[in-house]
Amino acid sequence: MSEFALSCPAPLEERERVLMAHGGGGRLMRELIERMFAARLEPQHETDSAVLALPGGRLAFTTDSFVVRPLFFPGGDIGSLAVHGTVNDLAMAGAAPVALSAAFILEEGLEMETLRRVVDSMAQAARRAGVRIVTGDTKVVERGSADQMFITTAGVGALIQDEELAPWRVTPGDEVVLSGDIGRHGMAVMSAREGLALESEILSDSAPVHGEALSLLRGGIGVHCMRDLTRGGLASAVIEIARAAGVRVTLEEDRIPVREDVRAACELLGFDPLYVANEGRFIAFVAAGEGERAAALLPGAAVIGKVTEAGGGAVTLRSVIGAARLLDLLSGEQLPRIC
Amino acid sequence: MRHLDEYRDAARARALAAEIARVMTRPWRIMEICGGQTHAILRFGIDQLLPPGLELVHGPGCPVCVTPLERIDRAIALAETPGAVLASFGDMLRVPGSGTDLLSARARGARVAMVYSPLDAVRLAEKEQDSQIVFFAVGFETTVPGVALAVREAQRRGLNNFSILSAHVLVPPALRAILGSPQNRIQGVLAAGHVCTVEGYADYEPIARQFGAPVVVTGFEPVDLLQGILLCVRQLEEGRAEVENQYSRAVRREGNPAAKTMVREMFEPVDRPWRGIGVIPLSGLALRPAWREFDAEARFPYSGREAREPAECISGLVLQGAKKPPECPAFGTRCTPERPLGAPMVSSEGACAAYYRYGRHHV
Repeated sequence: MSEFALSCPAPLEERERVLMAHGGGGRLMRELIERMFAARLEPQHETDSAVLALPGGRLAFTTDSFVVRPLFFPGGDIGSLAVHGTVNDLAMAGAAPVALSAAFILEEGLEMETLRRVVDSMAQAARRAGVRIVTGDTKVVERGSADQMFITTAGVGALIQDEELAPWRVTPGDEVVLSGDIGRHGMAVMSAREGLALESEILSDSAPVHGEALSLLRGGIGVHCMRDLTRGGLASAVIEIARAAGVRVTLEEDRIPVREDVRAACELLGFDPLYVANEGRFIAFVAAGEGERAAALLPGAAVIGKVTEAGGGAVTLRSVIGAARLLDLLSGEQLPRIC
Repeated sequence: MRHLDEYRDAARARALAAEIARVMTRPWRIMEICGGQTHAILRFGIDQLLPPGLELVHGPGCPVCVTPLERIDRAIALAETPGAVLASFGDMLRVPGSGTDLLSARARGARVAMVYSPLDAVRLAEKEQDSQIVFFAVGFETTVPGVALAVREAQRRGLNNFSILSAHVLVPPALRAILGSPQNRIQGVLAAGHVCTVEGYADYEPIARQFGAPVVVTGFEPVDLLQGILLCVRQLEEGRAEVENQYSRAVRREGNPAAKTMVREMFEPVDRPWRGIGVIPLSGLALRPAWREFDAEARFPYSGREAREPAECISGLVLQGAKKPPECPAFGTRCTPERPLGAPMVSSEGACAAYYRYGRHHV
């Protein structure tokens, strides 16, 4: 029986938008997978599962979803963000990333050009991070059921040391090292989403941090726990570790690097940079006396505080004028103020 | 923003705090009017630097907090009106009305747009000509000129789908009501610097005289606040009750005459209820009849039920400086930012939110 073409045979490049049929399991989907994803991401697409050869020892395994709006923002996009976010989660466990998966939920009507830019960006981010995207999936949902595109990833990494990195290892005397200035990603997305006419364009800090994080371990620093700063910002990450570890942490506000443009944008909107999102920064709790040596291994890093005592599970911030206050989790996202 | 550093200088802050302690001979109670000042005091821990006996109480200067339930219910009803979009500043969205809040209404399908300036709402009206865009005009004297400009701009562009729901309120009538109340405990006042950039401070002079309370126009940074407190304490110690201007880098006695003229041409004072406090005569601003076509109240009929506050919420006492947030039995337990009973727990300028956010519910 001769093959009967149910769909228009025009090549992918001439189709401007994602159609329901691109997720329908037929020829169009095949085309999309081969020309859009396989050509760029090099998955092992002959089977639904990738087969990995891993070094011996223990593995780290993580998953994450990405729903950022707008898809493109100064300094990154949803594709690079998906790679960086997944790689960073692995790195925080002390793992060198090996392979990622990527599942796309596409909204019917999404411009093919938009998808191509995102997939190109993912491919580039993966290459730069030295990690492969080995398997994936595509679904198309009706217009209105998704906001252009959602990406879900998973990642596998190989642990580079035997000691576990976890809050339970944090003890009094530990020093808190912050890998760089904070607040850029949140303000970059905010200004792109809301069309804020800020004087200077703030670029997201979105970046893979596994090189930096693993350099601490390889440099022989006594790292007890690491956490990348994402939603909720620096404050939320430190609070979560302090609570999980059951320790009191004191941070020094004047040691926390915030760029002038980020600080100005935060002042304008009434945001606290301590709670603004980042995508390329992390904190490390390191053994007493090793903070400065750790900071010296990371460009832009600073020792911002320390674990003062066991018990309590709370974080105190010493303000720039020297008074102390407790930091707490916010109930939701920060909303810009009136005046 | 580099200039901010000099107003956050630890050495200057400590020197000012020491000077306040030196001139003080007895306890004083001072109210900072503005919620932005309340947040700065708690965020930087300024109260911890002050000598014992100097009590700071928090005033009504949180526009979101004092916006009456009826206005919020009305805004929600507008957002639920087919064909209408309610445009609002972000920190109004979580404030509870008598039944729900704007964010929850949006989750159920009401059309609510978050904007950053009134002009954003005019641009939205130009873009969405098939929708009626209503801007929820909330704020003190500071924000009114921006709204007046937006209405003029809508008129200039010939937009007949733009209107405002005015919840604007004025500081001096509220200050008069607080100082004149039989329960008043306030001896000196820090007036809100930003508000005075527009209206100046001549209106405070008769108030200071009448109630024998010094008024110091004060900025928002730690050094500003400590200087304002020092000026206020000096007056109290010397038995003076004058208006002084700490915030002279931004405020002149006459304010901004061009902005004032524009506001007076478009708005007139009206009696307005303040949430938790009650009606304060001539404390609100409404569009004058000549601008009626831009008034959402004239454009959209509303027959709301009478709105009632949760009985347990003491926000009225908090807003008048009669009680502090931790004195409320519900504070941090039955009233949290996640499940607020009243507006001061959710607004970014609310006193209850400041106490909660800056960790004062633990101590």
